[in-house]
Formats: sequence, structure tokens, C-alpha cells
Amino acid sequence: MTCLVDLFRPAIGFAAVKLLEEAGCTVEVPPLQVCCGQPAYNSGDRATTRAIAAQVIDAFEGYDAVVAPSGSCGGMLSHHYPGLFDDPVQKARAENLASRSYELMSFLVDVLGVTKVAAQYDGRVTYHDSCSGLRELGVKQQPRRLLASVGGLKLSEMESPEVCCGFGGTFCVKYPEISNAMVGEKSADIAATGADTLLAGDLGCLMNMAGKLQREGSAVRVRHVAEVLAGMGDQAAIGEPEGKR
Amino acid sequence: MQSTARDFKDNAHAALVDPNLQDSLAKLKVGFSERRRQAAERLPEFEALRDRARDIKNHALANLDFYLEEFERKVTALGGHVHWAPSAEDARRIIGELCRSMGARTVAKSKSMVAEEIALNEHLEALGIAPIETDLGEYIIQLRHEPPSHIIAPAVHLTKDQVADTFLEHHRKLGFTRRLTERNDLVAEARYVLRQKFLDADVGLTGANFLVAETGSSMLVTNEGNADLSNTLPRMHIVLASIEKVIPTLEDAAVLLRVLARSATGQESSAYTTLNTGPRRPGDLDGPEHYHVVILDNGRSAVLGTEMQDMLRCIRCGACMNHCPVYGAIGGHAYGWVYPGPIGAVLTPQLIGVEEAGNLPNASTFCGRCESVCPVRIPLPSLMRHWREREFERHLTPRAVRQGLALWSFLARRPRLYRRLTGLANRMLALFGRAQGRYRTLPLAGGWTRFRDFPAPPPGGTFHAQWRGRRS
Repeated sequence: MTCLVDLFRPAIGFAAVKLLEEAGCTVEVPPLQVCCGQPAYNSGDRATTRAIAAQVIDAFEGYDAVVAPSGSCGGMLSHHYPGLFDDPVQKARAENLASRSYELMSFLVDVLGVTKVAAQYDGRVTYHDSCSGLRELGVKQQPRRLLASVGGLKLSEMESPEVCCGFGGTFCVKYPEISNAMVGEKSADIAATGADTLLAGDLGCLMNMAGKLQREGSAVRVRHVAEVLAGMGDQAAIGEPEGKR
Repeated sequence: MQSTARDFKDNAHAALVDPNLQDSLAKLKVGFSERRRQAAERLPEFEALRDRARDIKNHALANLDFYLEEFERKVTALGGHVHWAPSAEDARRIIGELCRSMGARTVAKSKSMVAEEIALNEHLEALGIAPIETDLGEYIIQLRHEPPSHIIAPAVHLTKDQVADTFLEHHRKLGFTRRLTERNDLVAEARYVLRQKFLDADVGLTGANFLVAETGSSMLVTNEGNADLSNTLPRMHIVLASIEKVIPTLEDAAVLLRVLARSATGQESSAYTTLNTGPRRPGDLDGPEHYHVVILDNGRSAVLGTEMQDMLRCIRCGACMNHCPVYGAIGGHAYGWVYPGPIGAVLTPQLIGVEEAGNLPNASTFCGRCESVCPVRIPLPSLMRHWREREFERHLTPRAVRQGLALWSFLARRPRLYRRLTGLANRMLALFGRAQGRYRTLPLAGGWTRFRDFPAPPPGGTFHAQWRGRRS
């Protein structure tokens, strides 16, 4: 479970669990997992990253697959962990974890072969391709394929769905003005689609875009793609108060 | 060139509020990347060519001493001279002396980023020699006393109207008193003004895209033909290039050329591809009498054999900046030195020091679009991360970041304590944000809430708390 989902949007976690269970998986959430270490990794603190990665490797020992509802956390485990270790034993364990780690959408479609979901969502949605999922893990068609099976849902693509939203982890607070310019362009691109809902596969990006859209007074609702696919699209959207759809 | 990389944040602010710049950047963002995409799609073997291009450069870098010496042997045998410049200062001195030996008053310069790197124009001016930029973009920014903002499109930050004003101001004394409004007219006027300068120049100076060891040739691509005039008309031709430009063979050059233009501008090849192989031979109709190649190190050889070596594969196509959303937001000048964008963010700390340029590798979301289009597959985000690691090791990371990180890592390594604290934070944020669902301001989160609302978590507790509740 990613730190952001745990703290800010548990519904994404439950949606992921539901999708996995419906696809026949037995899902456990190891209680001693914390963060995957990205904040330290991207700030240049390799020693801390290594310590946290070792903890994550321990926590997920013995599972057939480790699935995260996030491309950036999934990519951290599957692409960056092995490079952290020089010690051959730890490196081998990291490589083993990497080979079992997946982003949710690609696990459902590429590994489990899921082709459709039983969900309804009456609305016009647009989908943002989060950077790590797209460029590190090749997540592009998988969410779209599943969304195509959602009843009532119409997808309107943005002009540039693959351009970064300006979140970038600590980037958005280290360089707030640049980040703001980037997310401002993104929100214009979203608005131009006429969609009433924005979906993506990473909560960091979603919080960034939701925060900008709401500051601008936009009525576009923002949700994680897993929520819609799991038939949980009737809950309050990100940044909306309970009781409001 | 004097660096302002240290003032990156201020530079970025100025760029974001400059309407002319934002106007120019809006056009750049769609133009280059769309043309590159189409060019790559038209060539089925493009991805395979990128692999080959990467391998060629890796091989050249692994055997750099051999190929550089081979290149020198070939140039010498052709009657040219190779000069080795360990530092920028050495390169300036060598070129200054060569120009003086010709009694030069003017030097016709074809676009060269290495010349920018060593601040050659300022040096020549101090010697009383006038450098004439002959690339249209370089000519425009020379008139305006600005540095380039892009490595292949140096004046891309300017609008047509700004260029029109600049030409009127500077060409008035030459008799051009009409303010032009059409692009073609602006080009024609520049062409007319520059033509006599080519004829008058005593020395022509060009950069090089590649130095071919096999033949001793320097290879240069342009779209304006200005390099050809710079290297055929004057009596002396000086090529200025850095050490990593050397490649083994003409075959290799053919592979690199195929990815270079497509990545840069989406062209299948640039309009002019010129090979210079020594001075004029007896019986040649044109060409320089004197041919010199100045090869610059300036800190590059220190990168060989390190985790940073991949940066030396760069063939200066500019695709990384054309696709970078940060560059697209702030343009090239904000980076504060010669090389902007993602490649600038890895090269600049090496060339002028990470103390000065430490912001550059940090100002990236690691979106990875640069790496995905790089014709020689430089892992630019990884290299930027390596710089952040060096900054962290050397305690150059800002104190607030270090302290926040230390606190966070203390918690992240104590899962039970972490769980209790996140549970508390979750409940507080949910409670106070319940009415609106989000925050317009939040203590310690000013960087976020200055421009964005902050979503409040819904009531009910963290995922882990709820999960425990459900499964027990």
C-alpha cells in the first residue's frame, strides 16, 4: 500500500483489493510495510534508501506478487531496488522482489489477463498517463482497455496525456512556481476535453491535479482509475467533502 | 560566459512572468516534439538505430585516447594541425594566437556551443578581433547581447516581433530603415548583411558534430549553409570541438546522422552536411590555406570511467529540452549557463561545479521524457539523481530538505511509530477538512497550497487502520 493512499485516500487501496480478489487473488497487506523509499532516493540519500528498501524486501518476503496501485512505487520496487545494493545477497533479494513487483493495471491486464470489469460509471472521463507507470512500466493501454468495459463511461483523450503534471514528489514543493506552470497547462488540457472526471493511476499526480483544478474553481472530479474500475466511483471524489458526489 | 545557475529559482520566476518568452515556448513545445515523433514513425528501424548510435558512442568513449590520437595523425598527414586544450582558457589562448597570426580583424563564426562554453567571443573582442556570428539565430542574439537559450535554436526564446525590432535598431545604420513583418524578409535582410562579412573575414571558425578518426575529417550539419561559407572563404579555418566528438569511422557517422536530425528537428537530414578534411590541396578550387583543429577537454576526461560517463554520449540534438516540461515552462536562460534542459542539468555541474549548478539536477520531476527520446539513450534522470547523491554526500542539499528527510527517514524505519503518527495525522486532516473536503492553506505546506488546494482524507482512518478493522 503506498504511503499516500494509506494516509489520504484509503478507498484506492480497497478498490485495488476488490479488483484483485475478483480476479481470483488472495490479498494480504503486510502490516510492517512503510514507504518504498522514493523521497530519500530522489533526494540523493542512498544510505537511507537502502535501509528502507531492505525493510520493504523483508516485509514482502514469500508473496507470489507484490502489487501497488501506483506506477511510481511499483517502478521503484521493480526497476530501482536492484541497483541500490552492492552486497550480492541483498542484491539477489532485491532482484527477486523486483521480478515479483507490479503496478496494479499492468498486473491485472498483462499478468492476470483481465479484459473487463463489472462496473458502471455515468460520465465522460479523461485519463492522465502518470510518468513512471508510462515510461518505466509501459502502462498505457491496460487502464484504457479496462475502462472501455465500464458501462456508461465515455473516454475523451487529452491533447497531451503523456506530459508530466508537475507533481514529481518533492519537486512540487521545492520548485512550486515551475510545478504550478506545469499543472496549469495540464488543467487547461483537461478542461479542453470537456470531461467531467479525471482519472489516473497515481495518487501523487491526482492530488496535484485535483488541487489545481479545485483552486481554479473547476467542477472536474478527480479519482484513481481503480476506484472507477472497482465500481466505487460513487464515493466523494478527491478533495470533495463527504456526501457530495 | 558568467553563470547565473545559482540564481535558478529567480531566473525561473522571471521566465514564468515574461509574456514574450511564454509565447515563444508555447510554439516550441508542440512543434519540435510532433515533428520528431513523425520522423521516428516514418523510419521503422529508428529504435534499432538508437541502439547502434548508443553503442558507437560507448565504443568511442571506451577507446577515446586511441581515436583521438588516430584523428590527430590523420589531420597532421593532411597538412592540418591539432591543438590540445585541457581547459577553456587554453582553448581561448590557442584560438586567439591563431587569429593574431593571420592579423585577423574579423572571424566568421558558425554556430558552436563549445565556443559559448569557453566564452570565445568575449576573448576575441578583448583582443580587438570582431567575431561575426553567421547562424541566423546566433546572429540575432549576438546583436541583442544575449546567450543562446537552446543548443540548436539559440534564439527560440524570441518572438518574430522582437527580432524585427532588433534588426531595425541594428541595421538602420546600414540603410535598412523599414521595420519588417514577414519572416522571409527578415531572413533576406540578415543574409544580405552577413554576405559581405563572410567575404571580409580573415578566419572562419566552426564547431563540429563529429570528428571522424578514420579520415581526419570534421563533420558539421547546418540548415543555413553558413558553415560552408565560414570554412571555405577565409584563409584560415579553425575547428573547435570537445574530446567526446570523436568517432571511429564514416560508417559510424552515417548512423549518428540518421538519428541526429530526426531527433533534433524531425528532418530526415539537415540541409547541409559538410566534411572538412584538411586544408586546400594543390588544384583545389577553394578551401582554407590553413586548417587547425582545437580539441577541448574542460573537465570531460574526469567523467570517463565513472557512473557519469554516459553524459559524454550526447550528440547535441536538443531533443531532451524539446520534450522537457520544465524547459518548456521556463526556457533555456533560466538554467543560467551554456547548456540548458536535461542535458544541461547533468553537464553543467560537471563543467562549472555542482556548488554553482546544484539546482539544475534537482529541478526535474524525473518524468523520463528526455530519456525516452534521447537518440543515444542517455539515462538523464539517473544521471541527475547521481548529482543529487553527490550533493547529499557533500552536504550541499538545502538544510530544510535534509532535516525533513532525516525526520521522515527516522519514522519510515520505525513502522509502528510511523503507523501511530500517520493515524493521528489522518484523523486531524480528515476532521478539520471535513466541511470542504480540502484545504486552501495548511501549515508547513505553503509550497503546495500557494497554488493548489490540498485534498483532505475522508473520515474513517488510514488504510491500514481500516484494513485491520475489517480483517480482525
